[in-house]
Amino acid sequence: MKQFLSFVKKEFHHIFRDIRTMFILLAMPVAQIIIFGFALTNEVKNSKIAIWDQSGDAATASLVSELEASRYFEVEQAIHSPGEIGASFKKGKVKLAVIFPPHFNEDLQHFNKAQVQLIADASDPNVANTLTNYASAIIMDYQNRITQNRKMPYTITTEMRMLYNPELKGAYNFVPGVMAMVLLLVCTMMTAITIVREKEMGTMEVMLVSPMKPFRIVLAKAVPYLLLSSVNIASILLLSKYVLDVPVNGSLLLLIGESFLFTLVSLSLGLLISSGAESQQTAMFISLVGMFLPTVMLSGFMFPVENMPLPLRTVSNIVPAKWYYIIVKSVMIKGTGLHTVWKETLVLSGMLVFFLGLAIRNFKIRLA
Amino acid sequence: MSDKVIIAEKLTKRFGDFTAVDAISFEVNRGEIFGFLGANGAGKTTAMRMLSGLSMPTSGKATVAGFDVYRENEKIKRNIGYMSQKFSLYEDLTVRENIRFYAGIYGKSSSFIREKTGIVLKELHLSGEADKLVKSLPLGWKQKLAFSVAIFHEPRLVFLDEPTGGVDPVTRREFWNLIYEAAASGITVFVTTHYMDEAEYCNRVSIMVDGRIDALDTPGGLKKTFNAVSMDEVFLKLARKAVRTAD
Repeated sequence: MKQFLSFVKKEFHHIFRDIRTMFILLAMPVAQIIIFGFALTNEVKNSKIAIWDQSGDAATASLVSELEASRYFEVEQAIHSPGEIGASFKKGKVKLAVIFPPHFNEDLQHFNKAQVQLIADASDPNVANTLTNYASAIIMDYQNRITQNRKMPYTITTEMRMLYNPELKGAYNFVPGVMAMVLLLVCTMMTAITIVREKEMGTMEVMLVSPMKPFRIVLAKAVPYLLLSSVNIASILLLSKYVLDVPVNGSLLLLIGESFLFTLVSLSLGLLISSGAESQQTAMFISLVGMFLPTVMLSGFMFPVENMPLPLRTVSNIVPAKWYYIIVKSVMIKGTGLHTVWKETLVLSGMLVFFLGLAIRNFKIRLA
Repeated sequence: MSDKVIIAEKLTKRFGDFTAVDAISFEVNRGEIFGFLGANGAGKTTAMRMLSGLSMPTSGKATVAGFDVYRENEKIKRNIGYMSQKFSLYEDLTVRENIRFYAGIYGKSSSFIREKTGIVLKELHLSGEADKLVKSLPLGWKQKLAFSVAIFHEPRLVFLDEPTGGVDPVTRREFWNLIYEAAASGITVFVTTHYMDEAEYCNRVSIMVDGRIDALDTPGGLKKTFNAVSMDEVFLKLARKAVRTAD
């Protein structure tokens, strides 16, 4: 333990004496979360929607088939009570609910007026916005078509509700994304680089000759980054709450637990990279191209995964950040509990075991 | 406890078809300065890695500081020191922090470290620089510091892997004075070098060619056997027979 502590202490010396490292570790997360304020518009295809048809008449039936006929929507389920709306959103598949009140057709025929309600899952504001726009355009189309040959126009009013994120704030989208990016950057890249630096300088050799066990060496190098990551998680959450007005709706404990899990996954990836790379440049390159880009592109943070072609969608499954992003969005924005994200949690845990095992194995092979 | 710090018997390491170290046998006595010579690629580093517990031998027997290299490499690690050409000091740590770190990974107590740091710094005339970053020290001082760090935990045996690479002759001479002092205090020194004048400073010298030890004797004995005036000549006569090319 004493060995271990003197090692960890030395590691902090390295970090605190290098201004550039300090900057990457502590200032960049803050800068990123503040800068990433812009929203991206995205086209959405084949989004799953839920229908609550309380009238079940000819008019609603043809509207539903219009929605389904468009390439934007796919009716996933029919629901029968208000409670089911929230439930289907929390499961994560359904992004939009279309609700027809009772007597839709009657209202339309007798009073020339009827109402439709659109409720969107706005934890991803870009997608929510796009979906409600598409849906109201389709409804408008239908209204114009049936009005064509009549003197009195039909009016179908669409009422929209944005669930979870009523103001459609982009921050709801990028806070989880930046959290994933920062943790990955700090844990994967910095850990990989600092271990490879020891190899380059020849100090790794000396440590391997010492009585310190190889795995403890690696662990001791990882601990400071784990601690700094906690600082980062805290600062991001505080910033998002007090500067960006993004509250933590779900359990804070669960969110921190999941972030810790993701941090461990990132650390083990860093260890894996360091066991293969021989120079700091290589380590940096692998971390950036192999980890950082996929995180930005494929995690769903910038571009909705639903829209990607099948091969990319498949690839996105091996990006740890994708799962973490889903978890953070669910817990932080939607306020759901472990029962909705246990699958993602399991995937991350599996990745942790896999990458860590691989890293340890690689490390041992090097010594044989 | 015998007086043999290293006993190697037919120690062999193969990587696939390639025999890096081919059944070498030798003994090193306590307090001896043992020169381990050979051209690049002759197998010195592989042999040293086996003896320092970093690499498992393919066959043969060896004990280091009385411990078996197969089963007791953790105990071996506690009893050896190691210094390479790269010096292996942290440039962004101070002199004192480097010492504290390396002593720490050998599990030395704080009081031991504090006391001995003062003595070592005084010996090296570095007391005034204790809190300066290693980066700012001249090369010769770094080298001496690296050696002191390698034997700080008072090992029975220290491995020096080309410790004087890239250092001027005066500094090298000073460095060898440190080695003599260490040997006099009972630490066995196992040193590889490419400088033949340094080979003359060793008590005994072995010369590896193509993974085998082709000669092992005192410098004087070797010169007599090979009818040479200097170690340089001895080395050239042996190394020319090498089939392997340097890596």
